[in-house]
Amino acid sequence: MSTKGKVAGIIANLVIVEVDGPVSQNEICYIKMSDVKLMAEVIRIGGKNAYVQVFESTRGLKPGTEVEFTGHMLEATLGPGILSKNFDGLQHDLNKMEGIFLKKGDYTPALEDDKLWEFKPIAKKGDIVVPGSWLGEVEENWIPHKIMVPFKFEGTFTIKSITEQGEYKINDTIAVLIDSDNNEIPVSMVQKWPVKIPIKAYKEKPRPFVLMETGIRVIDSLNPIVEGGTGFIPGPFGTGKTVLQHALSKQADADMIIVAACGERANEVVEIFAEFPEIDDPRTGRKLMERTTIIANTSNMPVAAREASVYTAMTLAEYYRSMGLKVLLLADSTSRWAQALREMSNRMEELPGPDAFPMDLPAIISNFYARAGFVYLNNGKTGAVTFIGTVSPAGGNLKEPVSESTKKAARCFYALSQDRADSKRYPAIDAVDSYSKYIEYPEFQEFIKENISPDWIDNIMLAKNILIRGHEAYEQINILGDDGVPIDYHQIFWKSEVIDFVILQQDAFDKIDASTSIKRQQYMMNKVLDVYKANLKFETFEEVNPYFKRMINVFKQMNYSEFESEKFNKFEKELQEIINERVMIDD
Amino acid sequence: METTAFQKIHTKVDHITKATCSLHADGVGYEEMATVNGRLAQVVKIQGDLVTLQIFSGTEGIPTNAEVVFLGHAPKLSVSDELSGRFFNAYGQPIDGGPEVDGNAVEIGGPSVNPVRRKQPSELIATGIAGIDLNNTLVTGQKIPFFADPDQPYNQVMAMVALRAKADKIILGGMGLTNDDYLFFKNIFENAGALDRIISFVNTTEDPPVERLLVPDMALSAAEYFASEKNQNVLVLLTDMTLYADALSIVSNRMDQIPSKDSMPGSLYSDLARLYEKAVQFPSGGSITIIAVTTLSGGDITHAIPDNTGYITEGQLFVRRDTDIGKVIIDPFRSLSRLKQLVIGKKTREDHPQVMNAAIRLYADAANAKTKLENGFDLTDYDERTMKFAKEYSEKLLAIDINIEIDAMLNTAWELLNNYFSVAEIGIKSELVEKYGKNKTQISQINTN
Ligand SMILES: Nc1ncnc2c1ncn2[C@@H]1O[C@H](COP(=O)(O)OP(=O)(O)O)[C@@H](O)[C@H]1O
Ligand SMILES: [Mg+2]
Repeated sequence: MSTKGKVAGIIANLVIVEVDGPVSQNEICYIKMSDVKLMAEVIRIGGKNAYVQVFESTRGLKPGTEVEFTGHMLEATLGPGILSKNFDGLQHDLNKMEGIFLKKGDYTPALEDDKLWEFKPIAKKGDIVVPGSWLGEVEENWIPHKIMVPFKFEGTFTIKSITEQGEYKINDTIAVLIDSDNNEIPVSMVQKWPVKIPIKAYKEKPRPFVLMETGIRVIDSLNPIVEGGTGFIPGPFGTGKTVLQHALSKQADADMIIVAACGERANEVVEIFAEFPEIDDPRTGRKLMERTTIIANTSNMPVAAREASVYTAMTLAEYYRSMGLKVLLLADSTSRWAQALREMSNRMEELPGPDAFPMDLPAIISNFYARAGFVYLNNGKTGAVTFIGTVSPAGGNLKEPVSESTKKAARCFYALSQDRADSKRYPAIDAVDSYSKYIEYPEFQEFIKENISPDWIDNIMLAKNILIRGHEAYEQINILGDDGVPIDYHQIFWKSEVIDFVILQQDAFDKIDASTSIKRQQYMMNKVLDVYKANLKFETFEEVNPYFKRMINVFKQMNYSEFESEKFNKFEKELQEIINERVMIDD
Repeated sequence: METTAFQKIHTKVDHITKATCSLHADGVGYEEMATVNGRLAQVVKIQGDLVTLQIFSGTEGIPTNAEVVFLGHAPKLSVSDELSGRFFNAYGQPIDGGPEVDGNAVEIGGPSVNPVRRKQPSELIATGIAGIDLNNTLVTGQKIPFFADPDQPYNQVMAMVALRAKADKIILGGMGLTNDDYLFFKNIFENAGALDRIISFVNTTEDPPVERLLVPDMALSAAEYFASEKNQNVLVLLTDMTLYADALSIVSNRMDQIPSKDSMPGSLYSDLARLYEKAVQFPSGGSITIIAVTTLSGGDITHAIPDNTGYITEGQLFVRRDTDIGKVIIDPFRSLSRLKQLVIGKKTREDHPQVMNAAIRLYADAANAKTKLENGFDLTDYDERTMKFAKEYSEKLLAIDINIEIDAMLNTAWELLNNYFSVAEIGIKSELVEKYGKNKTQISQINTN
């Protein structure tokens, strides 16, 4: 018999329920208002009272209303049909909801019960399997979607029977397993998993080491991220967090992209809805939407579901990782999730930590980031969940709990700078403050040497060093005046500006410049380093600025041209002439 | 909101604080409205049968035997075409001497639009102000505030923008409006002959501050009626949202909530987002555009109110006085329209994005040159040119008294760029320079001479 209860108190979306039986932490319950059922989650228990956070507005709710507990935590529904969907934070299909406005308690199913999928068995009768083992696959868009032994199962099983290739619905039995006690257990194409618990159906999680190409130069060429890596993008409002995440979602080399729109603007998801079905995925030639799933809990949607939304998204990512795929998970913005936790914690009158956030915020954030990673599955195949979250620091100051906690958890740091955004130097990532811890990993260095080029990492170091020296020179010029410093200071400053304008700055809205292949990035990096290495001759400091402006202008025209096209080559020739004007031949 | 026969009257109030009172009552719904000795109140907390009511106009003089009547519903507004041309208070009651509005009573602060049902905004709103149209182009369905110090003429600029925006309805939500500003809006709308498409919900400095909390929801519910049911383009003006947020902090403080940054409630982001996200482009053609005002203190945008606002809205228009030209400008550095890329270069001339960015970049160089000058250094020829450019740019394009078409703005920008800079210094894509830039304007100048 399931536990029941009655509403005893209401403070915004925190509801106190007097219960008549056992309840567990994080258990889901439904509050049965006269016309609708409101979904809620237990977040604290004290005596006969369960404190539940309601995933809806509680307007009109009255004390005494009946509550029904479900006996399980918040679960994701895992099976074919997740790809290309637009879900809310609790994995309800937004497209199945009727009407323009969201209705309270309109809980649509995540998947389609009556859709037929062409199932092909992979395993065969007599095989020994464990949770996560691949039983068969169906084609979902272009992804071979693996049907697995449910993660909730425990132990090893023998396949008693597996169905033949053919069309099946998600709830049809496709295999029967036998456990160690000889019980027969039917398996379908759909399973459930509690979102707050990591899916661990893999053999090993080594340190990640494979470069994930993003096409964004300041990332790939200066602060590279890896498949299964973690990164975060903090920045004041308007500095380009969302544009950067959208660029990543369009360009990154991943099999599947999950975008968790967490407490941000609805119009930003609408942009994805509008564009992704139209834009080609350069890797497959199909539409971007075919590799994308969106979890939308925008800022006007119920606050309590905000926390759930990032966990739902992560669970879907882990599910696809278990199929041997490279998944990129993007969350914009993790600060909104932290704020949702803060609102709840304050309503429960918990002892607040810094800035009134809950005390355990750092632990919550690091546990979440720890779910990302590169894995070896039990069958030897690999899979990855790469996670990049944005952080919206209050007042733009990184000395605040969410930024600080995230900095400890994420391995790549992409700091957006207000100054760079103000002067339209997009993407406004501060290349010097930002870092990628992965370039220190020997296994990553090895990978780069073998797969990209032996001098890639050295070039990163050199380019960063030039940027730092350029900045120092600029400060000296500002202190001592243009003619108070040696001409060389002007030269080093402008050489760093060349890197800034040619490598760091990238027009996200230009068809060609928006995404740069690794080959092209390498080529351009060598070009700007050639400029750096060239010994250029100037008589007066006044010659330096116009000279480099001309050079940068030609470089930018190259960036706007198709790689190695006639136009590109023409500009390159022009560039070479400009360099030759002043280069001194060493003797 | 009259009491009807079957409504039970409670007469025993247990606790009274500055903003709330509590009493024992059964069958009360969360967020339900009530009257306490005739004053409007709303349920903010229920614990067992103890109900806490927030009294909008304050609890001064409320006795323990006050008459409390629960109204059985959340705050409502009667919506119909009769709203047009009318002035209301924060409760949606007429303050213009006219009759009550006859219409369908809808609960304010209603549900959100399903994101998959929204349409991507794509209609440009031309204001004639180059600091907006050229650098921070507005789009229907957008939400954007003016950030301005209290001494800036933000209400005047907002009224001007509203009247030029070609909206079907303009809905004013005034919060803590001074009586002078209230009369200003009334006059300017009247003089423009626009009164019949204007609806106002006004809380002035003379009214209790907590009442303000109802104003944006009233304005937005009226907006939803016209945009969603009548497919109209509705422009909502909310001024001043800083005073709205102040009222939120008063309430949360009186309810003993733990304040976060700048004594604001921890839920400030959600509270503001709930309102601003009502801006929408409906698929049926109607739209709600929100232009708001957030007053700053000494230009500080890191304060929790502008900071949270900036994270929610689709950009901000930073109004300040440019002392070099002695005029009010829209500051190109701190201003932003996040939706501009949906229209610039698409609905406007293709060179728009690059011309805009080039001019702002050079304007930034001028700011550096100015710092150099202030630090007592010699200026280079380039520095001199940027500073001259900046002054003219400010006068001819950034000042808010400009009123020209977007093509004229672009031509003016090219003219300034050409006058002061070489092609390399301008740094725009070569095709565009060839088509609209250097030679082009020179040729057209020759032709017109
Ligand atoms: N890479 C870029 N290229 C050009 N413009 C950009 C770029 N990144 C950001 N912007 C500009 O900055 C605005 C704000 O960016 P956005 O990503 O929405 O900021 P945030 O999410 O940090 O608040 C965008 O609307 C756009 O005008
Ligand atoms: Mg953003």
